[in-house]
Amino acid sequence: MSSMRPIHVLREQLVSGTLNAVALTEAVLQHVDAVEPELNTYVTVTAEQARQQAAEAADAFARGVARSPLQGIPLAIKDNICTKGVRTTCASRILERFVPPYDATVMQRLQAAGAVMIGKANMDEFAMGSSTETSHFGATRNPWGHAEYVPGGSSGGPAAAVSAGLGAAALGSDTGGSIRQPAAMTGVVGLKPTYGRVSRFGLVAFASSLDQIGPLTQDVHDAALLLQAIAGHDPNDSTSGDVAVPDYTEVLDRGVRGLKLGVPREYFVAGMNAEVEAAVRAGIEALRQAGAELIDVSLPHTPYAVATYYILANAEASANLARYDGVRFGFRAAEPADLSDMYMRTRAEGFGAEVKRRIMLGTYALSSGYYDAYYKKAQQVRTLFRQDFQRAFADCDALLTPVSPTPAFRLGERLDDPLQMYLADIFTIPMNLAGIPALSVPCGLTTDGLPIGLQVAAPPFREDVLLQVGATFESITDFHTLKPDGLPVTCKGDGYGL
Amino acid sequence: MDYECVIGLEVHAQLLTYSKLFCSCATTFQADPNDQTCPVCLGLPGVLPVLNRQAVELTLRTGLAMQGTVATSNRFARKNYFYPDLPKGYQISQFEEPLIEGGCLNIEIDGTTRQVCLNRIHLEEDAGKSIHGENLADPNKSYVDLNRTGVPLMEIVSAPDLRSPAEARVYLQKLKTVLEYLDVCDGNMEEGSLRCDANVSLRPVGTETLGTRTEIKNLNSFRNVQQAIAYEMERQRGVLENGASVVQETRLFDAARGVTLPMRSKEEAHDYRYFPEPDLVPLQIEPEWIERVRQSIPELPDARRQRFVSQYGLPAYDADVLVASRAMADYFEATVELFPQPKIVSNWVMGDFLRELNQAHHRPDEAPVSPTRLAELLRLIDEGTISGKIAKTVFEDMYRTGKGAGDIVAEQGLVQMSDSDALREVIEQVLAGHPEQLAAYRAGKEKLLGFFVGQTMKATQGKANPAMVNTLLRQLLQ
Repeated sequence: MSSMRPIHVLREQLVSGTLNAVALTEAVLQHVDAVEPELNTYVTVTAEQARQQAAEAADAFARGVARSPLQGIPLAIKDNICTKGVRTTCASRILERFVPPYDATVMQRLQAAGAVMIGKANMDEFAMGSSTETSHFGATRNPWGHAEYVPGGSSGGPAAAVSAGLGAAALGSDTGGSIRQPAAMTGVVGLKPTYGRVSRFGLVAFASSLDQIGPLTQDVHDAALLLQAIAGHDPNDSTSGDVAVPDYTEVLDRGVRGLKLGVPREYFVAGMNAEVEAAVRAGIEALRQAGAELIDVSLPHTPYAVATYYILANAEASANLARYDGVRFGFRAAEPADLSDMYMRTRAEGFGAEVKRRIMLGTYALSSGYYDAYYKKAQQVRTLFRQDFQRAFADCDALLTPVSPTPAFRLGERLDDPLQMYLADIFTIPMNLAGIPALSVPCGLTTDGLPIGLQVAAPPFREDVLLQVGATFESITDFHTLKPDGLPVTCKGDGYGL
Repeated sequence: MDYECVIGLEVHAQLLTYSKLFCSCATTFQADPNDQTCPVCLGLPGVLPVLNRQAVELTLRTGLAMQGTVATSNRFARKNYFYPDLPKGYQISQFEEPLIEGGCLNIEIDGTTRQVCLNRIHLEEDAGKSIHGENLADPNKSYVDLNRTGVPLMEIVSAPDLRSPAEARVYLQKLKTVLEYLDVCDGNMEEGSLRCDANVSLRPVGTETLGTRTEIKNLNSFRNVQQAIAYEMERQRGVLENGASVVQETRLFDAARGVTLPMRSKEEAHDYRYFPEPDLVPLQIEPEWIERVRQSIPELPDARRQRFVSQYGLPAYDADVLVASRAMADYFEATVELFPQPKIVSNWVMGDFLRELNQAHHRPDEAPVSPTRLAELLRLIDEGTISGKIAKTVFEDMYRTGKGAGDIVAEQGLVQMSDSDALREVIEQVLAGHPEQLAAYRAGKEKLLGFFVGQTMKATQGKANPAMVNTLLRQLLQ
């Protein structure tokens, strides 16, 4: 098969004619066939549609009209992004057979750019989870560590797919870390854009004020290309910002000399994994050596992030998931006795345990008599997070932190301990609460051979700064070129790297 | 003990927008079930609402017309409850931050004007319609029609300022008229574009504290509002006089039996778990927008009634009747413009015209007789071409056929006889034909003049000019 290289490399090959778009997609589909039984990264593989899109791309190249950098590029799409005519399940039984009659705005933009969709990638049910183990369609396995570990979550399917070469890149969604944490755990690049940078129209809502679609890619350059394609105001999403989209590739070779990078002391906590801390600190040092000025900053409300998040996100989720009632679409319990029975059994049988837990927590937080103590208080604390970051960014251009306090954990290890699972997002949640953009780039491996991620965060709509810092980091390190070992023969060492 | 009734009304008015509140689906009444739906109003996974600014504008117009205060920053909220015709499992409404706060409406009760205060006016989306019953494909199933889902509603909440069932009715009628004048709602209660819930409580006369209230739902006509409140008042009075307490609850009005029945108690009341709608940004209303809307407010019924009296010299009663409907008042003014004798026009509009409208269930703008046509008819009378009596028949024909007055008069040969020679001949024949009456008249029974006028009119099939008949008769009888 042809090699799975970053988008910008594939682009050169496709333009020069040394690679054919149809052959590229065929190779990926073959690779999917070989690897899927082990990894389970996709809920639905859309082979026929992919072949047709690849053929159209090949035709565009043949006619010399393939202008978009994504033309013919095979992508994995998280299964909570609506795709017209292709089932969109959110990895839930309740949407197992739901086929949207419309495309998400990001899908319209990708189609306009000529990209190829390989399939709909696995996730935690309704994006609720940090390990991709709560999927109705079974857990996805991390391509690293002999498939014994979780890929993180909730965008574990997209992250594992990019990591294993089952797509050149992917779209995921991030509500509390769901792009960055799996990106870190699978050794790929993940970018959560500013809230409002990318349209949410067609993203099945988990927590509306926190959700954001973003790219998972093999390197920072690709993240710039994919973000470029999907960013910008959408009249169908009132919360999308009417803010000009800069040319993201322009900043990639600017370096970090003269940049002030803040290191928040609250992000290096007792109890975090020593190898993770060492790798992140080494990464920060590398950026200093590349010319950045490091600044010690404080984000004092960090300890309240998880508590605040689980009130707000679950409150919104309890309303967002009310529409799954068995009336109009999706799963309906068999032979309901009456309306109330239909509601109760449809939702009892259609949702998994974690989703039900969160609906109950969220319903409670909004209940009469508890609203002020929980939801309202959490909204007030949320304002404090925004202020924390505003103050920090008065002194620096970007922040450097770990992505997750630990590397990937073993399958099943935390399933029975929701609190432990929730703490996996302790360093990623604050950015969602504040609505600011953040990037995860690979910055090392543990002695067990598991990837570690470095997080870069920037002020609202300054994704360009994230990409500038991330690209510089890649230019002075080679962690992003490392590929997982221990996969089936078909993909081991086959064309990976530079 | 004497009790005072305290009533507040919550009125839902469907706004006259072309499209729904959060999507571009049409709002037309009576389309086929579920025809006017899209992924957004069906609440499919992943969709987002986009606010219809026209709906905001109509609410602003209403609020400003009623002297309310516009909240320059306000937001929508989710009202959560499960029902099959509520696709998202929540209704997008407004809760803590309504678009309009305060305001008032003046009503006339027994000749005096009373000011009814408003608590708030807010904007929300309608739910769909659940259909149960025997005439369905499968009578054992319930069906859901989501055409109405997402249609913009304005909820106008009055303060507990009303004191009797009759006052409540007058308030609602006045509100309907004002909404029509503002062109924000068609006021059609049968089609559900104006709906009303009533909060009713009693308290001993002279006390200030409000009694325990009940809320009556499903009041879909002026008559029902008055009847239901009257029933509920008496029911509560009975409860209190028996020494018991009124239970706070929601009650349903059964129009067929004229009674209110318990629907759900306070304990069973929904906890709607309101919280700010995160899919919509807070709505900012710029001062320029408010000013522009303020300028667009048309003349309202009270002002128009005064003008009708001062400008046209109409009696207050005429002015009241005419301005009660904007279309009727418009019709009157358009006719006066062409035939500037206001009292004559008013008599016709309130009399023959209104009767035909009621019989045909037409709105004034749907009537086959336009102001131009009516003015033409009135000119024919004024010029003496036809008699006032004939004109009434001509008007009926005009309404029935849609033809002009001149055409009908010509076709049926109804032109008034004003030729004195011809009339003299007819009168002479009449007198000759009634020698006994003639003799009696001459013997002093002058009342018989009317008899001869009648006979003359009869002989001319009503076409004789009555004034000329009178003059000629007097001459010939001397």
